[in-house]
Amino acid sequence: MTPIDLEAMAASVPDGALIALPPDNSLPSVALAKALIRRGARDLRLVGVPVSGFATDILIGAGCVAAVQTSAVSLGEAGFAPRFTAALKAGKLSITDATCPAIHTMLQAAEKGVPFMPLRGIIGSDILANRPDWKVIQSPFDSGEKIVVLPALHPDIAVFHGVMADSHGNVYVGRRRECGTIAHASRRALVTVERVVEGNFLEDERLAPGTINATYISAFAVAERGARPAALLDDYGFDAAYVAAYARAGKTEAGFAEWCAEHVFEARAVAAE
Amino acid sequence: MSYRPEELLAVTLAKLIRAVPTRHIAVGAASPVPAAACWLAVKQGEPVRLSLLHKRTGNPFTEGTRELFDLTGQGRVDLFFLGGGQIDGQANLNLIGTGEWPGREVRFPGSFGSAFMYFMTGRTILFREEHSPRVLVDKVAHISAPGISEPGVYRRGHAQALVTGRCVFAFHPDRGRFSLASVHPGETVEGVREMTGFAFDVDGEVPQTPAPTEEELALLRGSVCDEMMETYPEFCSRVFDRKLAA
Repeated sequence: MTPIDLEAMAASVPDGALIALPPDNSLPSVALAKALIRRGARDLRLVGVPVSGFATDILIGAGCVAAVQTSAVSLGEAGFAPRFTAALKAGKLSITDATCPAIHTMLQAAEKGVPFMPLRGIIGSDILANRPDWKVIQSPFDSGEKIVVLPALHPDIAVFHGVMADSHGNVYVGRRRECGTIAHASRRALVTVERVVEGNFLEDERLAPGTINATYISAFAVAERGARPAALLDDYGFDAAYVAAYARAGKTEAGFAEWCAEHVFEARAVAAE
Repeated sequence: MSYRPEELLAVTLAKLIRAVPTRHIAVGAASPVPAAACWLAVKQGEPVRLSLLHKRTGNPFTEGTRELFDLTGQGRVDLFFLGGGQIDGQANLNLIGTGEWPGREVRFPGSFGSAFMYFMTGRTILFREEHSPRVLVDKVAHISAPGISEPGVYRRGHAQALVTGRCVFAFHPDRGRFSLASVHPGETVEGVREMTGFAFDVDGEVPQTPAPTEEELALLRGSVCDEMMETYPEFCSRVFDRKLAA
C-alpha cells in the first residue's frame, strides 16, 4: 500500500458522509479536517468518539457540517467550542446528544457485527428521551432489570492520525486503541500519518499491540504534524496557545474566517511552495 | 495561616474521600481541585489507586477511551467526581444547557460520560465552585444524569456530597434531598439559603467547614503540587504560586 496525497484523500470524501472522529486527546487528523475545508466539503455528519474537539469546531465553522452526534463538544482548557456554539444557536446544525460509553458501545456492536448491544445507566436521563433510536428493554436474563439497548453504529469513514505506517499499510497508534475500534466499525478508514517506515509492524511484538492491521485501512497520506494542535503520543505535545488563540478568533464569524484564511488556506499554499 | 479558597476545597474534598473506604478513584480532565484532593488523600497515607484520565504521560488506560467505562461498569471505580452547568435539589445534573433541547438558550459542552458514571461508580462527589441560584436550581432544565433512579434500574451508587465555594451538602438518596453539612468560613446558613435555588434540610446546628491545617497546606503546596505540575500547570501557578522551570 502506498501513501496518497492529502488533498486527493479529502477529494475522496463525498458530501454527506458519516465520519467518525476522535477528539483532541486521541489522535485527531486535523490535517485531513483542514483539507476537507479546502475542498469545500458540505453536509458532513460527524460522530465524536466519544466527544468532539478542535477538528469538529473548525469543520463546523467552515460550513462543512450538517449534523453532529457526540457526548460533548469542548476545547478543553480553552473553553467552549465557539463555532459549534454559534451554529447551534443559529439553528444551522443538528445535534444528537449521547453519552461517552454509549458511543463506544454502538461502535463495538458494529465491530462485532451484531445489531445492538445493551448498556447500563442512561435511564432517567433526557438524553434517552431525545433518542428514539435507543430502546429500553426488560433484561432477558433478569426480569427485574430494565436496560437500554443501543443500535450498531456504522460510520461511512473513520478519520484519524497515526504515528506511522509501514510498507504494508499497517498503522501504529500506540495505546489510542479507540482508533482501532472506529476503523473496525467504519466502512472505510482514511488515515494520515507522520511518516512511513520500512518493514512490517505486525512482525514486531512491541509494535503489534498498538498497530491497526492494513485490512481496515482504506488509504493513508503523509501529513507531518498532522494532529497539531492536538498531541501525538510522546512525539509532540498539545499546543494550548494555538487552541486558545483559535478560541478567541472563533468568537465571531469574521474572526473565524480570518483564522481559516491564515491557518487552513495560506499555510497550505506556503507548504506547497 | 492564610490559605486560598481552592486549598480549603481540596482539603474538604480529601476528608470526604477518606470518610469511606476507597480503593480506586478516577478523575476527569477539568478537575484540578478534585485532583489535588485525591493527591492529598494519597500523601496522607490513604492506600488508593488514582486514574487521572487526562494525564499527559502515563495515562492509566491501554484499551482506549472505552476502558474507563468498561471497568466502571464492572464496579472497579469506587469514586468519581461530577459537576454540572446546573445541579438541582434532587442531585440531577445538567450538562446539556438551558432553553429548548439541546440547549438553544445557553449550550453547555454536553453530558460526557455522566449518564453512565453517576449510576455505576460506587459513589460520586459533586463539585461546583460557583454557588449561585443560576447553578443550584430547583429543577434542572434538562437531565444529563439523574440523582436517583426508579426501582428496576441498576444503580451502584449516588452522590455522596455536593461541595461548593460556600458549603458542603450531604445527599440522601432515600429521600432524594440534600442536607447542609457545613458552611465554609465567612458563610452563614441564611446566606447559603439565599444563594441556593433548591430547598435543602438543616438538621440542628450546622458546623463550620474546618480550615486547612498547617500540615495539610504543607502537603498541598509541596508534594501534591509536584504531582500536579505536568497536568495542571496553570492551576499550580495560580493557586500554589509555582511555575514550571523554563
